[in-house]
Amino acid sequence: MNWAGLYTVLSGVNRHSTAIGRIWLSVIFIFRIMVLVVAAESVWGDEKSAFTCNTQQPGCNSVCYDHFFPISHIRLWALQLILVTTPALLVAMHVAYQQHQEKKLLVLTGHADAKHMEEVKKHKMRIAGSLWWTYVCSVVFRLLFEAVFMYIFYMLYPGYQMMRLVKCEAYPCPNTVDCFISRPTEKTIFTVFMLVTSSICIILNMAELVYLVVRACARRSRHNSNPSSGKGSFYGHKHSSEYKQNEINQLLTEQDGSLKDMLRRNSGLQEKGDRCSAC
Amino acid sequence: MDWGALHTILGGVNKHSTSIGKIWLTVLFIFRIMILVVAAERVWGDEQDDFVCNTLQPGCRNVCYDHFFPISHIRLWALQLIFVSTPALLVAMHVAYRRHEKKRQFRKGDQKCEYKDIEEIRKQRFRIEGSLWWTYTSSIFFRLIFEAVFMYAFYFMYDGFRMPRLMKCNAWPCPNVVDCFVSRPTEKTVFTIFMIAVSSICILLNVAELCYLLTKFFLRRSRKAGNSKQQPNHENKEETKQNEMNELISDSCQNTVIGFSS
Repeated sequence: MNWAGLYTVLSGVNRHSTAIGRIWLSVIFIFRIMVLVVAAESVWGDEKSAFTCNTQQPGCNSVCYDHFFPISHIRLWALQLILVTTPALLVAMHVAYQQHQEKKLLVLTGHADAKHMEEVKKHKMRIAGSLWWTYVCSVVFRLLFEAVFMYIFYMLYPGYQMMRLVKCEAYPCPNTVDCFISRPTEKTIFTVFMLVTSSICIILNMAELVYLVVRACARRSRHNSNPSSGKGSFYGHKHSSEYKQNEINQLLTEQDGSLKDMLRRNSGLQEKGDRCSAC
Repeated sequence: MDWGALHTILGGVNKHSTSIGKIWLTVLFIFRIMILVVAAERVWGDEQDDFVCNTLQPGCRNVCYDHFFPISHIRLWALQLIFVSTPALLVAMHVAYRRHEKKRQFRKGDQKCEYKDIEEIRKQRFRIEGSLWWTYTSSIFFRLIFEAVFMYAFYFMYDGFRMPRLMKCNAWPCPNVVDCFVSRPTEKTVFTIFMIAVSSICILLNVAELCYLLTKFFLRRSRKAGNSKQQPNHENKEETKQNEMNELISDSCQNTVIGFSS
């Protein structure tokens, strides 16, 4: 399991994301993960071997390195990227659950053939209802993780700048000893670069959150002004057959148009079966 | 996520590029990315370990290396290649958006939608016109800007493109002016010049593609202006539609218009 494996897992989620979500995912993979793998890892590759202290005292080098670098930038970034990308899996799990429900529905309504089952797998879910809440939670978690890691970075490495020289007096160093860091300028450049892309991702996440909220409010006001949508009886008799029929109708309207269209077309028009081979 | 994944992502964009765009992409992947990965990375692999200064003063070597190489050539090239190849994703996003719109039209059962199958929409190659033309042209423009900026950054940081054998350094803690020797300077110079030359070829290809797109745009415009003068309007729509279909059939290299059999 490596970054390529993560890419495979998350590409599946991409289909059910908003446009901003897809841009966010591209920025993460191209400007953060890829830059980490092809460039940053080689910059930090010799960070310990080329960390030199002006002393012959055995152990002083190791102790000073450990004191100034409790956790390396590269490892922090790797953790950050993994934690930031995994809330998307909540969405993937919810989508899988919804697809399972749709398949059950198809079985109940008697359309359980292989063609329709395939269609359930392929069509894109609308971000509405409970999926909306899951999606919004995943975006909020992403934001939280990004902010937490930016703060940790700032606490561990104040100012985000890599010094050329650090003065160390931890035991067993005999006195205050000068220690020199390898490639500090290059490391500063990459730290700033990763910081900037992290900020861009935070902005994209916020934009996505605003977009989702605005869309939900717009949809709600459309429903309020159009009361014949059949949801009036939702709060009525919870255990009646009408309630169950309403739930089925609601499920049908909440999904992307394809499932509804598919059922509508195939109920009467057998001769056009070929047309819907991939609809 | 590495260069192979970038190749996969950009390979999809290739379908909707012009011929010059396809050549550009090939030059990028074979003469720049591949050379970087199989050759240049080895040449620069021991750049710090074999950077030797004529002093025993601890820390002097680190500081001098950092002073003369604020960012290594290899990393600069990697960043340049990433930035230069990503504007193509704008085009990929636009194409995906168009496909999504066509699929929506198809699902609604729109009479205007000519496709018989959603698979056909997925496979169809879009012509570079209208808003896609603007997106494509902007992406080429951004590529040019990024190439130029990185070439300038290179020139600015390394005072020309030559790697000297010897550098004189007197940054603290070096006790005085100290001689420092760079590892493999000639080989590094050769690869630097090679990458600069290929970068220039890519800039030329981008400029040529821009000119080609502009020429095509003006030609198309003058043809439309000419058509609307010659023929009365009520005949125009059917014939231009037929002309467009004929052009689509002759232009596309894949068999994407099976549905237009009648």
